Amino acid sequence: MPKYNLNINGKPRSIEASADTPLLWILRDHLDMVGTKFGCGIAQCGACTVHVDGNAARSCSLPVASAEGKEITTIEGLSEDGSHPVQKAWKEVDVPQCGYCQSGQIMTASAFLKQNKNPSDAEIKNAMNGNICRCAAYNRIQKAVEIAAGNMG
Amino acid sequence: MSTTAASITFSRRNFLRTSSLASGGLLIGFNLFTACKSDVKPPIDLADLNYNDFNAFIKIAKNGAVTIFSPNPEIGQGVKTAMPMIIAEELGVAWDKVLVEQGVLDTENYTRQVAGGSQSIRFGWDALRQTGATARQMLVNAAAAKWGVDASELSVSEGVITNAAGETLGYGDVVDEAAKLEVPEEVTLKEPKDYKIIGTDQVNVDIDKIITGKPLFGLDYKVDGMVYAAVLRPPAFGQELESYDATEAKAMPGVIDVIKIGKKAKVLLGKEEVNWTAQLVPSEKVVVIAKTTWEAFKAKKVIKAQWKNASTLESTDYQDKKLNGLLDGNEFTTLREDGDVDKAFANADTVLERTYESPFLPHSCMEPMNFFANVTDKKIQLVGPIQTPEDAANTVAELLGRDVKDIHLEMTRQGGGFGRRLYGDFVYEVAEISDTIRKPVKMVSSREDDMTTGVYRPAIKYRIKAAIKNGKLTGYQLKEAAINGNMYGLIPNFFPAGAVENYRVDVANYESNITTGAWRAPYTNFLAYAEQAFFDEIAETMEVDKVQLRLDLLEKVKGTTDERIQYDPERMQAVLKLAVDKSGWGKAPEGTYQGVVAYYCHNSHVAEVADVQIENGMPVVKKVTCVVDCGIVINPLGAKNQIVGGVIDGVGHAMYGQFGFKDGVPTSTNYDTYRLIRMKEAPLVDAYMIQNELSPTGLGEPTLPPAGGAVANALKAATGKRIYKQPFMEDPDFWRVENKEILG
Repeated sequence: MPKYNLNINGKPRSIEASADTPLLWILRDHLDMVGTKFGCGIAQCGACTVHVDGNAARSCSLPVASAEGKEITTIEGLSEDGSHPVQKAWKEVDVPQCGYCQSGQIMTASAFLKQNKNPSDAEIKNAMNGNICRCAAYNRIQKAVEIAAGNMG
Repeated sequence: MSTTAASITFSRRNFLRTSSLASGGLLIGFNLFTACKSDVKPPIDLADLNYNDFNAFIKIAKNGAVTIFSPNPEIGQGVKTAMPMIIAEELGVAWDKVLVEQGVLDTENYTRQVAGGSQSIRFGWDALRQTGATARQMLVNAAAAKWGVDASELSVSEGVITNAAGETLGYGDVVDEAAKLEVPEEVTLKEPKDYKIIGTDQVNVDIDKIITGKPLFGLDYKVDGMVYAAVLRPPAFGQELESYDATEAKAMPGVIDVIKIGKKAKVLLGKEEVNWTAQLVPSEKVVVIAKTTWEAFKAKKVIKAQWKNASTLESTDYQDKKLNGLLDGNEFTTLREDGDVDKAFANADTVLERTYESPFLPHSCMEPMNFFANVTDKKIQLVGPIQTPEDAANTVAELLGRDVKDIHLEMTRQGGGFGRRLYGDFVYEVAEISDTIRKPVKMVSSREDDMTTGVYRPAIKYRIKAAIKNGKLTGYQLKEAAINGNMYGLIPNFFPAGAVENYRVDVANYESNITTGAWRAPYTNFLAYAEQAFFDEIAETMEVDKVQLRLDLLEKVKGTTDERIQYDPERMQAVLKLAVDKSGWGKAPEGTYQGVVAYYCHNSHVAEVADVQIENGMPVVKKVTCVVDCGIVINPLGAKNQIVGGVIDGVGHAMYGQFGFKDGVPTSTNYDTYRLIRMKEAPLVDAYMIQNELSPTGLGEPTLPPAGGAVANALKAATGKRIYKQPFMEDPDFWRVENKEILG
């Protein structure tokens, strides 16, 4: 089994796995970092979103072999204590219902707001469109992203 | 109508029990369902009751810390926050000092722990308040004894008891004494005007864990030595496993074994009485056991399995014909009949008849089905997301031929339920797997497994007929053609039952081999659209105002002596009037087209107005105004989330939910071929709740059903076209408006 050296949340991690193993399952099953969720496995729902070199990426469709040498951030590494402005906004608005998709939503929103500090309503909708919330907390997601944008700017 | 009587003497004292904790402090156990149902007998001799007999607990430690164990499964409906809030209110503690924990299941003694039917708050309301108030009274009595004063001289605020002299004792200072006191016969419940917690906005109790990605869900659960299982089920409904070759799969990295299960499940399904939650296909299944989820998924794909056809392989066309045959036939059961419907139609000036149809739907919980089991000779540990833990435990005991006392079941937080997790098929599978391999194991479904081996909402058709004579609605007939079961219980007594003199509900059904079951707001999730779209056409035919037609019909039901009628006409009128007011009904700006509905289901009254605009030649749902009367609102912040989510879910499935079968095989497999509503299509939902002091009802379901009707009526207003089939956007070209001027 090949060995891979990953950089996850600023820490070096060494993993033995098949080259095609998605980063999602490396995180969840090999490293016990279960904040990144499994939703669809085909990059359609966004539940597994992490940051790869600062950009939002679907970890279910990113083979571990391609994750080497990249800076990977997961929900566990977004902040030590939930103090990232996006996490704080999520709490302020009380976004979650079941909560399952929310780490992916938060990771998508935080990568987006790094690149667009003053987004319009339409830009927020566009950025968040790849993340399904089956409980349909979309109105609150919109509001939380707006609040986070205000606090990050 | 229930009230909020301030003082309640409860004769069913058996639902409460208190004792001292070994570690110091007070424990109160209460049984919600014994407390609520007067006809429920205590399960065993009262003298033998122990704390496992109760659904939930309050624990007060000597340092004053309060823990409330929430009894019911949390699937995103917010009961883990709202139910403990009710206890905390009457207990008289500060909410931010309360720790909430999920209660576990004890199959030996618990009576009922279910998430379903929007019933948790409704059933829990009296018992939760009485429990909190009883604990408070006992603490106050203990303080009174300590000070040698009358309890009536004492006041309570945020866990501190104060006497007339201004001296104070914390709850923790008197818990030991309180635990030794008799349970009071009578306690005084707070007046709603004195509520400090109920009616305040409180964030989800698990919010910090959710936003930081802590393990919470079934899929996150892990123990040392745990292996993963992926189950290969028949690709088509109606097929059974004939043989398989797992040589290649067994040689794959990480694969521990490939086994076959299902013999025990087949025996279970063959029994005379099968638990209603046991929705399983009667086939053996091939299971890959691997070190990781991915390795199990991968190996499953290379198993070469042969399947044989055991019963009809249904296609959507076949189901369609069967349902049409039922509607056109005479095999109906009448669920309610008032007056003489046939005569009303014979004498009518105008008869309006429409047929509405909807497809199968998968639940699409974001957390795919999964469950953990560890079966040993001594005990069976089951952990994961399930809405019906008691049924699951009982059925696993039956399946494995074990004593239910051996089973320990823990509920995790659940990544959506929507009715799917009422059915324990995945629990039985993992139990049989662990029983076979004798290892701690977690069964994980892929999204494809989840979508193609579901327990679906079945397709359904309604044919509705109205008789109009002298400008009045004189007859109403609803025919239902369904699969694997018809509308049940009280639904035939929903609006417009009681409002039309000659009224009949007829149902017919055929049995399919496709596993089906409840889906968020069963039956009404489609019926509401059909009826509310039909009412629009009645109003158009009668040339009366759409709101006025509904208000007039409701007026006729006021003061009814028919106890079968479920809805309250005045509450329904009130939500409709407020929705009209808040949505600007009839005063919409140019380019905005509105559709209105008023509905009652799951014990709550709801009115919705949808606003549609034309963008790039296509109608777009921009906004839905939703007014709900669910009685007292426990947690407005959580309640609004349910209301808004329910509306958007209703809009989404009405617009896009398309699911079918070809020769028994589902035609959608994942979110690339099954469309769920997303951010860009989600309308803004403007939510309002009627303020009153009536006993609360649930919110997990009631705002979903009317949404489809509001959208259909708004689409008609915007485009001039009516649609009789969901999903509305099956053929987007149907809606394309080339030239808006043609609408006049």
